[in-house]
Amino acid sequence: MAQTVFAPWDDPQAKPLIQFKNVTKRFGDFTAIENLTQDIYEREFFSLLGPSGCGKTTLMRMLAGFENVTEGQILIAGQDMAHVPPNKRAVNMMFQSYALFPHLSVWENIAFGLKREGKPKAEIEARVDEMLRLTRLVKFAKRKPHQISGGQRQRVALARSLAKAPKLLLLDEPLGALDKKLRQDTQFELMDIQEKTGTTFVIVTHDQEEAMTVSSRVAVMDEGRIIQVATPAQIYEAPNSVYVADFIGDVNIIDGIATRDGDGYRITWAEGQDPFIAKTQNSFADGQRCHLAIRPEKVAILAERPDDSANAIEGQIIDIAYLGNISTYHVKLVNGQMIKAQAANTRRLSRRTFTWEDRVWLSWTDTAAVVLER
Amino acid sequence: MRRFSWFNATSLTVGFAFLYLPMLILIIYSFNESRLVTVWAGFSTQWYGSLLQNQSFLDAAWVTIQVAVASSTIATILGTMGAYVLVRGGRFMGRTLFSGMIYAPLVMPEVITGLSLLLLFIGIGLDRGIFTVVLAHTTFSMCFVSVVVSSRLVSFDKSLEEAALDLGCSPFDAFRLVTLPIIAPAVISGWLLAFTLSLDDLVIASFTAGPSATTLPIRIFSAVRMGVSPEINALSTIMIAIVTVGVVTASIISKRSSLAQQRDEQAAARAT
Repeated sequence: MAQTVFAPWDDPQAKPLIQFKNVTKRFGDFTAIENLTQDIYEREFFSLLGPSGCGKTTLMRMLAGFENVTEGQILIAGQDMAHVPPNKRAVNMMFQSYALFPHLSVWENIAFGLKREGKPKAEIEARVDEMLRLTRLVKFAKRKPHQISGGQRQRVALARSLAKAPKLLLLDEPLGALDKKLRQDTQFELMDIQEKTGTTFVIVTHDQEEAMTVSSRVAVMDEGRIIQVATPAQIYEAPNSVYVADFIGDVNIIDGIATRDGDGYRITWAEGQDPFIAKTQNSFADGQRCHLAIRPEKVAILAERPDDSANAIEGQIIDIAYLGNISTYHVKLVNGQMIKAQAANTRRLSRRTFTWEDRVWLSWTDTAAVVLER
Repeated sequence: MRRFSWFNATSLTVGFAFLYLPMLILIIYSFNESRLVTVWAGFSTQWYGSLLQNQSFLDAAWVTIQVAVASSTIATILGTMGAYVLVRGGRFMGRTLFSGMIYAPLVMPEVITGLSLLLLFIGIGLDRGIFTVVLAHTTFSMCFVSVVVSSRLVSFDKSLEEAALDLGCSPFDAFRLVTLPIIAPAVISGWLLAFTLSLDDLVIASFTAGPSATTLPIRIFSAVRMGVSPEINALSTIMIAIVTVGVVTASIISKRSSLAQQRDEQAAARAT
């Protein structure tokens, strides 16, 4: 059975829900967002990912209406948001601190937004009960926020922001305050709820794992600019820059000089060493500087020199990081460069092949690495 | 348990004696039968009875209560508004000047405040009476309210207001439905502070009150100049009793609510 892939960004007919058009935001001399243009589509789970201070929170606060745009335009469903105050936007936000009203019960917190709309009482009650069921909070309806646990508070915040059935839900580091196990469970819960309600989610996070897990698309940001927007798999497998490759997951970067060779490139990286061979869609001039980015799990670690591998290089194991399911080997090449290689621990500890100081061979295929310009 | 030590016992006794002995003597002598304040002639409650017959004291008490309620209410509204602007207004022209000036009356000698208000009222031709005392008390007690409320607002999580806006509140509704209920304890204690300040103010009231509006402190002070009567002692004892009951009640309530909060939080932590 053919299932259509959810990818409205590839469909030229699709109308975006949110449009940033050349948006710039300055605080005094400081430029938080610089000439940013980006579309976000309906039903998307869109992540803004970046280090603190990269402008991701500012972007979100502009969507919610708490910050004004200095230059450019933000459109939501085709409407310019410039002079629309937060209380007049069909946008709701889930705050990092949850911002639950401490003087109101869980039930009243969720009903707060609905009451402002002046809906009939029965309708409000039905909607709040529905939200309580959705977030599994029925038992806690009468409690005050300080009488429930952190995970429950997080669900109240979610229920409250979803209660008004907004077109767009903004989530500011929603899971930051939860411990790792609870965070993972909640991520799946969030995805589930997003699917059930059909709401567009925009989430701000600095946790790359979280962004990879939940998103339909990830935007990696740095210094007020979006560096790359793509699906989690594309971001990971085909980063467009060293910055993105480095920010998402673990990566080895080898600097070198590219030379055209058939349908790929030879990359000279150290004197007296065989060049690495890599295939790429990016094009380089002969003699151009480039960066070879290769993920540790794509580097095989072997005792003997492989016969048929495109790239093979000898080195010495300096360090081993044992993570249970996998181990990361830090291998030093002849020119002093460290390369990380990962191997799954399919055997029990006592029967492992490699140890510290061992001389080993590293190898990878000609398609395993990405060649990057910057 | 701490071990008993003579040093602790002595310093505690001397300290408390220093604070409370004068009041204790006043309370004891209010039950004195003799008309002479310093000579003990046996237990009696007659001065309490005669106090209730003394119309001038009762009038003064009524004026004082009216002034205190009115001025502390106005001061609370203005002081809260001032605190809100100072804490939430962000940077605006003259903010530093404004915040400095709002606290200036705290350290200004009362005589100067009183005198300047007197000159103002005469200058604009305002007849002195209850109204002018209310104005004067509002002026200096709103600074105290502002200090109390702004210290609460500083620690107030701004995202609560943003959440209210986000859920469809107008800025005024956000203040009314979210900010005010949460800072209510600070606003109430600001009101109580303003009320007490107005209740026991003598200096500013004597500058700004006309002959028609004698407050209780003015009445007591002028009575004492004629010589201390046991009636004054009785009146003072009543005032001490009222204040004590108020303070004890307030502290019991706050203690209980903080204990309840602690219990709830522990229960929530266990449930996780």
